[in-house]
Amino acid sequence: MIKPMVMTKESPFTPAMMESMKKLEATREARLQTEPRRMTADEKRALLDEYHPDYGDKGFAKIEIGPNAGEKAPKELTALLHSKSRISGLDLDLDKVDFETDVLIIGGGGSGAAAAIEAKVAGSDVLIVTKLRMGDSNSMMAEGGIQASDKDNDSPMQHYLDAMGGGHYYNKPELVRRLVMDGAKSLEWLEGLGVMFDKHPDGSMQTFPGGGLSRKRLHACADYTGAEITRVLRDQVHNMGIEIVDYTAAVELLLDKEGNAAGAVLYNMLTGEYLIARAKTVVMATGGAGRMHYHGFPTTNHYGATADGLVMAYRAGCNLLYQDTIQYHPTGTAYPIQLFGALVTEKVRAVGAQLINTNGEAFVHPLETRDVAASAIIRETSTHGLGVDIPNGRGVWLDTPMIDIINGDGKIATALPGMLRMFMNYGIDMRKTPVLVYPSFHYQNGGIEVNAEAATEKIPNLFVAGEAIGGIHGRNRLLGNSMLDVIVFGRLAGQSAAACAKNVKVGAPTLSHVKEYESQIESAKLEDTGEASPILLPKYARDVNVGKLK
Amino acid sequence: MQEMANVYFDGKHYVVPSDLTIMTAMEYAGYTLVRGCGCRHGFCGACGAIYRLKGETKPHFSLACQTKVEEGMYVATLPFFPLNNKNYNIEEIKPTEQIMMEIFPEVYGCVGCNSCTKSCSRGLATMQYIAYAKRGDYEKCAHASFDCVACGICSARCPANISHPLVGLLARRLTGKYIMNPAEHTAQRAADIAAGKFDADMAAMMAKSKEEIKELYDNREIEK
Repeated sequence: MIKPMVMTKESPFTPAMMESMKKLEATREARLQTEPRRMTADEKRALLDEYHPDYGDKGFAKIEIGPNAGEKAPKELTALLHSKSRISGLDLDLDKVDFETDVLIIGGGGSGAAAAIEAKVAGSDVLIVTKLRMGDSNSMMAEGGIQASDKDNDSPMQHYLDAMGGGHYYNKPELVRRLVMDGAKSLEWLEGLGVMFDKHPDGSMQTFPGGGLSRKRLHACADYTGAEITRVLRDQVHNMGIEIVDYTAAVELLLDKEGNAAGAVLYNMLTGEYLIARAKTVVMATGGAGRMHYHGFPTTNHYGATADGLVMAYRAGCNLLYQDTIQYHPTGTAYPIQLFGALVTEKVRAVGAQLINTNGEAFVHPLETRDVAASAIIRETSTHGLGVDIPNGRGVWLDTPMIDIINGDGKIATALPGMLRMFMNYGIDMRKTPVLVYPSFHYQNGGIEVNAEAATEKIPNLFVAGEAIGGIHGRNRLLGNSMLDVIVFGRLAGQSAAACAKNVKVGAPTLSHVKEYESQIESAKLEDTGEASPILLPKYARDVNVGKLK
Repeated sequence: MQEMANVYFDGKHYVVPSDLTIMTAMEYAGYTLVRGCGCRHGFCGACGAIYRLKGETKPHFSLACQTKVEEGMYVATLPFFPLNNKNYNIEEIKPTEQIMMEIFPEVYGCVGCNSCTKSCSRGLATMQYIAYAKRGDYEKCAHASFDCVACGICSARCPANISHPLVGLLARRLTGKYIMNPAEHTAQRAADIAAGKFDADMAAMMAKSKEEIKELYDNREIEK
């Protein structure tokens, strides 16, 4: 049962919003009879060039050192790569070993859990370290669904085509092949672990359309898809007796004298203690970067999404791929302010809601790819001047009542219970009124480059899983392909790391790569960023001493 | 002038803007959160918060990231509760009535006090889903517990020491694996791919030039 927790007598919307909402309601009947036109390839290109943050130079800075020197990245990421290590100047005794294992997994989200399960099944000793709690991750927050071509009118080739087009043909073909060919197998595996997919009574999967998808290929667990998958994987990790060290971040990789990955320096987030973990192989499953707020955007990401893995791997010598491309989810929450940036799943549009400007006009097809839809919203609220004023900017309407009109009463309650609950908390009933949205930093399209075995080719014995990988999704990811990549490349990284560990004899660990990187910072005479990286958590605490210190 | 509210974190008084959530108000007060903060959007259950309003007797139960501060709010957070994890093997158990008795026998000690339901930060009928679990109706338990984020407040309040979130999770896994019909078309597709039925077509697709792929993409038919 979902009921408003904050009962307000007055409307939660401002009078100006109510005025605009009337215009939206006036056009709804006509809009229900028509579908907004899809843009041509040329129109999309022009829109992206003009409005998508990736396509300009503003907010980017050139990387001066390391494998990607000369390329651009969001200036916040460049600053992380130009910063000193957190352990700079510390003389750690690398022979005082706190943990020894075959496979060290850094990160406790969906891909880390999937990797751990497979490495354990393959007979390895496995250790998971995670800087918050096991399961706290972007995987837990993925709402919309997971793609896989498992219907008669669909095929891995069709899925491949959609992913390549969505990624603007920059995707690494061998990674996309792996993604789409392992789709059905991944769903079967999850079903076998007890994930409750939305199904028809005969057991066949319900599948939904989505932005940039040419087939109804999206599988869901209401609007808790990522949460349902991640909590099952977490439970399985517990059940298998895999060792988990919570509240413990990795801050640097350890390499042996030959340059192979050989463990990591860990940091207890609660006590500040440094710990040494030695391992035969390492899986980097550190996730995304939303909490870096590139280009000043709010984010749908969890608290720990600060690009840690990219920083550690880059210092060790791995190259990044498409580190300059970010996915802005078109529909982050714009209002109320307490929910600013929170994800309104794409499934809301997949089941019928349209994007509407302040005059009640549908200004874009609701199922364009995410970069196109986000750019259209940015255009509508900037140069077109047709946004709806919110306390800290402008948003557009997402006409949610259309969902129950199209699909019958009760659809929102059964298909979107998480969304309904989130807005109802603030007195907004999305069954009766539309909600206000604006793009929110959702996904790091780029990351560490890997091959089709999830291995980095630069650093032997180092594997990558999940959002930390670059190249699967090209320069723009489709919805439902990240949950799939979490499973496909998470499992693969675990299998590859376990197989590799069988032939590894761990050498003496060193941190010479960290020293060498710092000498590069010095020779390049880079401006002091004033930070050490990875930052591990964003700085949200107010500086309570402002104005008190002379 | 911004409207402010008087709040008390662990008994200590702070004055914070009244449009903040409990979580952002703690950060406004100067806290750097490490425990008790996860997804910040109501899905992960890291930020269970218990509060009482000045002058009231009854405590309220919520998630710190999803709850606006109120005047006179006394807040304690519950970043962790030691739930009773069990090492069952999902392959070896079956959705029988006895299985709940074997894995979580404490559910049969439920005294019907309804504290779990009253303390649910998500407004779930928790005692009802425990009742379904007790009688082996795992599918009903699964649906009734589906929105649980495992904040653990219910377990902290329970006089029978039940780990409610884990009971719901077991019921959901039994339902997903054994009770719901399997997706035969998904298994069939996985088997076809494993047997190499798509290998030639996929190789042909991958051999195409970027221009050919683009042509196919721009002209592909989109399922209505």
